[in-house]
Amino acid sequence: MVKHYEISGTDFANAGEASSDFKAMLKKIGVPTDVIRKVSIAMYEAEINTVIHGQGGYCDAELQPDRVIITFTDNGPGIEDIERAMQAGYSTATDEIRNLGFGAGMGLPNIKKYTDDMQIESEVGKGTTVVLTIKLFK
Amino acid sequence: MKVSELAKALELRLISAEGYEDREVTGCYIGDLLSWVMGRAEPGDAWITIMSNINIAAVASLADTACVILAEGVVPDPGVKEKCDMQDIIVLGSDKTAYELAAGYARLT
Ligand SMILES: Nc1ncnc2c1ncn2[C@@H]1O[C@H](COP(=O)(O)OP(=O)(O)OP(=O)(O)O)[C@@H](O)[C@H]1O
Ligand SMILES: [Mg+2]
Repeated sequence: MVKHYEISGTDFANAGEASSDFKAMLKKIGVPTDVIRKVSIAMYEAEINTVIHGQGGYCDAELQPDRVIITFTDNGPGIEDIERAMQAGYSTATDEIRNLGFGAGMGLPNIKKYTDDMQIESEVGKGTTVVLTIKLFK
Repeated sequence: MKVSELAKALELRLISAEGYEDREVTGCYIGDLLSWVMGRAEPGDAWITIMSNINIAAVASLADTACVILAEGVVPDPGVKEKCDMQDIIVLGSDKTAYELAAGYARLT
């Protein structure tokens, strides 16, 4: 099963809608709560990054028999140094964004922590694709 | 402990709609940086914050906190209460500091 979501790059009020919707679907299907928790945290962080850094894009969230695979794609500015971006505390968020509670530089570390696999592909000036994999079973 | 018991003991104001205060509180987390809250708050925590913007709704819902307690007399921004009500998120308010609220919670457990 695949769910497709468009993610606005300006609509902060609805940031998190995709994650909320996919979480509700997993809950309905009866996916274990600890798996749902991991998906929710990782997906929200990636979704927010797509909004605030990636200037919007889209997300495809797929439930496979043994795993969840979620892809976020944007045509934003890209990430120059992925290794540095992955470091806890590193953030390029503006003051305006920080005032909303973002910009701790913990989003990508959270994604790493709560997924079984995370792949980032990015090209400066072109955009960023983030692929998250979370296994349903140990 | 139920949210209603916590609210009564700490004299919290109920900001969101009534009807969900039976929910169990099993812990407490203080934080205003949303990624810290996402990564560190446990399901069932009472989340104490001074953040008042719309994003607290998504975080509270996705992190499965038992309730949000706005400290220091902070009131939610316009539209936040409505969004929280739609998602069954309990929002409480207090003039106490985050420290006083957490210490109050600790005394109850
Ligand atoms: N989709 C993206 N497009 C461009 N840059 C990105 C993208 N995602 C992340 N980044 C870059 O990586 C940095 C670190 O991201 P991370 O999510 O860890 O922290 P943050 O978003 O700045 O703060 P937080 O997630 O704690 O609110 C960002 O500040 C930004 O520079
Ligand atoms: Mg982030």
